[in-house]
Amino acid sequence: MSSIAAAAPAVHAHHDDRSFIRKYIFSTDHKIIGIQFLFVSLFFLFLGGLLAMQIRWQLGYPGRPMPGGGILPETMAPGGVILPEYYIQLVTMHGTFMVFFAIMPLLVGVFANYLIPLKIGAHDMAFPRINMWSFWSAFTGGLVMFASLFVPEGAARAGWTMYAPLSARHDLSGAGLGQELWSISIVLLGLSSILGSLNYITTIINNRTPGMTWFRLPLSVWALFITAILGLLALPVLSGAAIMLLFEQILGTHFFDPAAGGQVLLWQHLFWFFGHPEVYILILPAMGMVSDIVANGSRKPIFGYHSMVFALVGIGFLGWVVWGHHMFMSGMNPTLGSTFMVTTMIISVPSAIKVFNWMGTMWRGNLRFHVPMLNAIGFVAMFVIGGLSGVFMAATPVDMPIHDTYFIVAHIHYVLFGGSLFALFGAITFWYPNMFGKMMNERWGKIHFWLTMLFFNLTFFPMHILGMGGHMRRIYDPTQYNFLKPYQPMNTFITIAAFALFASQLIFALNFILSLKWGKKAPLNPWEDNGLEWTLPTPPPHGNWDRPPTVYRGPYEYSAPQVAEDYLPQTKKLPTDREPAAAPVAGH
Amino acid sequence: MAHATATVDVMRPPAPAERGVDVYNLKLGMWVFLASEVMFFTALIGSYIVLRFGASPNPWAQPGKVLSIQITAFNTFLLICSSVSMVKAYASIADGNVKLMKVWLLVTILCGATFVGIQVYEYTHLIHHGFQPSGFREGSELAELAAADPVKYGAATAGLYGSTFFTMTGFHGFHVTCGVISMTYVFIRALRGKYSQQDHRGIEVIGLYWHFVDLVWIILFTIVYLI
Repeated sequence: MSSIAAAAPAVHAHHDDRSFIRKYIFSTDHKIIGIQFLFVSLFFLFLGGLLAMQIRWQLGYPGRPMPGGGILPETMAPGGVILPEYYIQLVTMHGTFMVFFAIMPLLVGVFANYLIPLKIGAHDMAFPRINMWSFWSAFTGGLVMFASLFVPEGAARAGWTMYAPLSARHDLSGAGLGQELWSISIVLLGLSSILGSLNYITTIINNRTPGMTWFRLPLSVWALFITAILGLLALPVLSGAAIMLLFEQILGTHFFDPAAGGQVLLWQHLFWFFGHPEVYILILPAMGMVSDIVANGSRKPIFGYHSMVFALVGIGFLGWVVWGHHMFMSGMNPTLGSTFMVTTMIISVPSAIKVFNWMGTMWRGNLRFHVPMLNAIGFVAMFVIGGLSGVFMAATPVDMPIHDTYFIVAHIHYVLFGGSLFALFGAITFWYPNMFGKMMNERWGKIHFWLTMLFFNLTFFPMHILGMGGHMRRIYDPTQYNFLKPYQPMNTFITIAAFALFASQLIFALNFILSLKWGKKAPLNPWEDNGLEWTLPTPPPHGNWDRPPTVYRGPYEYSAPQVAEDYLPQTKKLPTDREPAAAPVAGH
Repeated sequence: MAHATATVDVMRPPAPAERGVDVYNLKLGMWVFLASEVMFFTALIGSYIVLRFGASPNPWAQPGKVLSIQITAFNTFLLICSSVSMVKAYASIADGNVKLMKVWLLVTILCGATFVGIQVYEYTHLIHHGFQPSGFREGSELAELAAADPVKYGAATAGLYGSTFFTMTGFHGFHVTCGVISMTYVFIRALRGKYSQQDHRGIEVIGLYWHFVDLVWIILFTIVYLI
């Protein structure tokens, strides 16, 4: 971490006399906090993957002893055979870990923290100490959730959506402490997100360096800004719901208990009122970072910058008025369902604008297929498939037969894995040199991308067909139904592909870990990018800038005719550039 | 790091920076935080509205039957007074009167602490009479009253009444407690001379939070106690 590139223009390293604990553990430096989030959430990503492998084993080979399953206790898998009550914990915790402790912190915790101050030219977040609390709150939440795997009756069993009354009543779910720990953990995570979001919003509004006007912000920062607003307003609703659920479990309240006049649908409304903005929390940052990477890899300005911004804002707004499309089958008023159907369909307009703009950016570009670019293109392709299957489910009549089947499993994985995770592989590779001063291995990065692309599609595409055939979403043993028996070879095929997909991720893990020590030393601006973060040494020092940089243009001036090289950094002053309006007197 | 110079106005946005909104970071951060607080209380209050006025055919307990309106009305008055004293504290320091600011801040803290104390008293009293989060306790005084007059005491909806009442007022009480603790912290800083006419950000920001908590209480008092 201490390597500072030799030729650092106009920046000298601060003398850093903070103790090890202040510097790396209870750090208030936004970059360290981002990297802390990175390591922790990659661990949870791996853990979530391990749980998924067990799910796949049971579906591919129902009732057969799992290789290596002998190490699990009798209450989970006696003799390696997965029990139904362990299986439901697996699907619950896989979803929970992946959504709340892997993808969400990877996108927001890591990249909002790391990129926002660097990309807008700020010294740090507006509230560095609150930022630190945000990490430790999420970390504690993660620990609590992890611990719930080991309590007597096992982890939560009601699915990651925690539908009441199953989640609310211990006699129904069969899990006691596990359910309660789930609620506690989610409240902690909600607190973390709120603290993080208020930091990101304040920082972006108030701490942009002179010249960094709103419409010169990189799209990644725009996306993270909209995401922060969604997180700020959606997470408290989830926290409120989780608190009610916790009270239901430990205080005997009756919010979701129909016998005492409560309403089970109330939970679904609260959960999805949070849940749909959450969907966009999980994709907007990916879209933003992909926009940066696609423009860089195409050596062209992003196509339709303003329409990209307005599409982000549009998605952010529409995301609040579509939650009912998760509940078409809940017995809610069909007229209301039609309203939600229409609003949901409208969301495909801004989404399509973004996809066409990415293609417009690549069109006739001077394409550089480096690893981040490959993953970004993978994101666009997979997001189109995931987006299109989303339109199927948005239509109420089509949703009715495919609701709660493997079709929805295929859809969510196309947008969350094919979408967000591909973008993350690209983003991690892209900013890795900035974070650690080392490059990740290019060849292994490409091998990882192609294997992942292949096995991802082999794993998840057939799930559409399973779902059309009526294969239920959380079913323990599909062979118990005659009509699903013909699909069993396909299930086995998916399982083999999923194992190969998991194995391919080990390449990424090894590449990530080994490059920390043995990676090639990163040059100052390895991707020849325009962003402010590349004007600093890699890794950037504490406090980032001695004096705030001045910005003269937007971040996407590639192949500009004024300069010889094919990129034009935001801070480079050309003779035609005017200084931004004089800033007020310095001071924090 | 940019070094502060003599002419810095800390009550203005940070500089040098592109123009954002015309307030300093701490104040903007508090506004943003309060937006999320609004959503949190909306979740709780929205649930209450749905449960009470949604589809349930059974009436809820009539006002004043289970909860004591008089004592809570006094508590409400106390909280409104504390908002006034908070404004006075802010106005004093804005005028440069540090001493008066400390007095008004102390008054605010005492009002807030008394509010929490009265709420604790109210809770113990209610639980003693048999009103708890799960409804009327079996064999308690309230359960007997409800059995005698199920309509007035909302016997069929006691569970929901207890759930929503304790969750909403409990979380409000928690917020007041946090406010009192934060204000005590601000007060200690004030004793150490951290606030002046030029820099009284802490006073203004804790004031924003305090007024918000007060506002939530006025809504809660109306919809939980009075209707």
